[in-house]
Amino acid sequence: MSGISAYGAYVPYTRLPLATIQGRPAKQGGPEKAVAYYDEDAVTMGVAAALDCLTGFDRNAVDGVIFASTSYAMAEKQGAALIAKALDLRRDVSTSDVAGSLRAGTNALRSAFDSVSAGSARNLLVIASDCRMGAPRGALESKLGDGAVAFLVSDSHAIATFEGSHSVANEIQDLWRIQNDPYTHTWEDRFVVTEGYTPVIVEGVLGLFEKLGLAPGDFTKAALYAPDARSLGGATRGIGLAKEQLQEPLFGKLGNTGCAFALMLFAHALETAKSGERILVASYGDGCDALSFQISEHIEKLGERRGMSGYLARRTAIKSYDTYLRSRSLDPKEWVAGGDPGLSATVRFRERDADLSFVGGKCTSCGQVHFPQPRVCYQCYAKDQWEPYRLSDKPGRLLAHTFDYFFPAPEPPAIMIMAEIDGCHVQIQLADARPEDAVLDLPVEFAFRKIHNAGGKANYFWKAVAAES
Amino acid sequence: MSKNIRDKVAIVGVGACKFGENWDMSREDMIVEAAYEAYADAGIEDPQKQIEAVFCGAVYPNGGTGEVAEALKLFDRPISKLSNYCETGTDTFRYGVMCVAAGMYDTVLVVGFDKPKDRGVSGPSVSFDRVRGLPATPAGWFSLCAARYFQTFDAGREDLAKIAVKNHHNGTLAPKSMLKREITVDDVLNARIISWPFGLYDCAAQSDGAAAAVITRADLGRSFRDDPINVKAITIAVGANPQSDPNFDFLSWKPTQVAAKDAYRQAGITEPFRELDVCQVHDCFTLTEMLTYEDLGLCKKGEAKDFVASGVFELSGELPVNTDGGLKTFGHPTGATGVRMIYENTLQLRGQAGERQVKNAKLALSHNIGGAPQACGIAIIGHP
Repeated sequence: MSGISAYGAYVPYTRLPLATIQGRPAKQGGPEKAVAYYDEDAVTMGVAAALDCLTGFDRNAVDGVIFASTSYAMAEKQGAALIAKALDLRRDVSTSDVAGSLRAGTNALRSAFDSVSAGSARNLLVIASDCRMGAPRGALESKLGDGAVAFLVSDSHAIATFEGSHSVANEIQDLWRIQNDPYTHTWEDRFVVTEGYTPVIVEGVLGLFEKLGLAPGDFTKAALYAPDARSLGGATRGIGLAKEQLQEPLFGKLGNTGCAFALMLFAHALETAKSGERILVASYGDGCDALSFQISEHIEKLGERRGMSGYLARRTAIKSYDTYLRSRSLDPKEWVAGGDPGLSATVRFRERDADLSFVGGKCTSCGQVHFPQPRVCYQCYAKDQWEPYRLSDKPGRLLAHTFDYFFPAPEPPAIMIMAEIDGCHVQIQLADARPEDAVLDLPVEFAFRKIHNAGGKANYFWKAVAAES
Repeated sequence: MSKNIRDKVAIVGVGACKFGENWDMSREDMIVEAAYEAYADAGIEDPQKQIEAVFCGAVYPNGGTGEVAEALKLFDRPISKLSNYCETGTDTFRYGVMCVAAGMYDTVLVVGFDKPKDRGVSGPSVSFDRVRGLPATPAGWFSLCAARYFQTFDAGREDLAKIAVKNHHNGTLAPKSMLKREITVDDVLNARIISWPFGLYDCAAQSDGAAAAVITRADLGRSFRDDPINVKAITIAVGANPQSDPNFDFLSWKPTQVAAKDAYRQAGITEPFRELDVCQVHDCFTLTEMLTYEDLGLCKKGEAKDFVASGVFELSGELPVNTDGGLKTFGHPTGATGVRMIYENTLQLRGQAGERQVKNAKLALSHNIGGAPQACGIAIIGHP
């Protein structure tokens, strides 16, 4: 039986209070949404969720990556292969992207269960990540949030056994984004809810009940996609669920995270799920996917992870709407580079181990770790005596820092530090931090982030972030 | 270990154009201004016959040696161009000195120049040709030692500010300097931050400029003028990039320590603070000058802020440093800076430094560092 053997989530550190959008002072505890900051996107959030998911797992056991997103920046060029490289996975992993629908996350999960059940893979990493934008100060902007979730789908040791699914395909233009348009658009609210969301999600879930011979009362929790709180109420009644069965939808905390939304709620539910319980997951977008899971005794043995709770608790609010606009490059710029081809593809190719996997070298002659891996050792001068050494998952320490007020950032300064990682010195930015957070000897860990958009392409490397104590 | 080059080569002519934002001058204009002033200073009337070879140094242009050859119409003779980060000027001078000392040529022209203000950007541009090591600006590189140095030796921005105040004062006394404005410690501390701990006034003035020197065999010095200045030591050292060196301690720039040791040995100096009369050191940022006092052995590690506070490095002090305002206010046209320091030290040793003249200067040191930084060049010149 295939099922989920591990889960992980990521909610960006940065939150945009809804009051800030409306130009009012933000109140402590007021409604807000999670926003991928200027150095984050669907890929970096996906990597963070995957790292959380793989906590305590052997990365070499992963046979494939399926990346679901409606907001991955490239129309031609795979996200899953990039993520596999950032995660330093085996070279023979299968990779695929699923896109185009808010159901992409559950589409990906369903196909992972099919693959594992069919025996073509033992462990598949499914990542759903979305970073959708509503037009500035438009109705959608306050509703959409950013985040990612990851599941390891395995043929054994499932903490949540996949019991079955039911899908409905429904053609309706209720929500869409045209290529090259940065913004998601929607038709009139009541049309969307009355003719789209409510009847379709109810149809999908009731179809699942019929298929599996289950009733609403058989489920401990339901992780349901919903555009907003009001429509969630309608769907809940239509399905026949009691309010207490609903997994808290996080409106006013997270926001609607697109194809990751229902799955993030599912991951949140797994944090407190007990053996024997049953969880319903339903997503909506051009139809509905409804899935049923039964929790197994393995859930008690799953190691600690940050998950939704850990990341939701870690937050900072954007101070002004202008800062938000700058972080999304929605502010007018004096200088727009035209025809910039961006980084040399050949250099990027040669340096992919260092730039994407954050892998340096360890001298097999003297043990010195160095990043990037040189040919000749700094310490013992041995030539070409290296074994790959991954730094992304090692603890670091802040050796030196400066605050750079010139590097383009929505809220200067950019914080540049020297980090010591297993005796190796690496120059790297400190992210999710204010200047006062940069103190000598601060313990740091590492996050995959976007460094800049030279050539109109997201260019990635790692950044340091203060280690969670 | 370097061989001894002491007293084999003499400086007989120096020149410099005005440093600054020379909007109305081309590189050709600046090279001609500096070289012809050096010719006149050396009493050279026929450079076509008297200049046998040229060494030029610049960081920004890629026009090659032809640029200097065409500007000065010095053809049909060896001309080489050097680039070695911000210590290009000192290294260019070193090649000229070694060439004369080796007996290849009798009289050589050294020209350092750069024109960053033609690039259309104010200050160094932010590089986007990579993803690692960003942000990457010189202010960011040179600030790496700040936090740990401050913590270890209980120093702070206010100690650095005194260096900026001193160099701003000295710059007001140098006719060819870029900035002529007295500032206060408060001005420095209240200025906008560029890259912590460096505010605007902690940073050198990036400028256009060119400087030149005519050097010759020591025994021919007096045939040019009766007060030749001899080269006592010339050396460079290149160390590991402090951004990747696993042994870097964030308290000092090692290449300066290595180069200083070699230069003092060449010059026969054992107590630099006592024996040197005047110094021009690389003050791209105030902290650079602070660390350089220690790395040159002018005081012990950690003592620099007390030395600064006591005023010993001011014009009226025991060992004046950056008498012409340094990179801070005279300006920093990268390739020209090391040669500009030779120009200033030569004027000081001849007693021609006007209002900023150091009394009885007999032995002078100039110091450049460049890169991340990982290169250091030191020249010591003095009375024969």
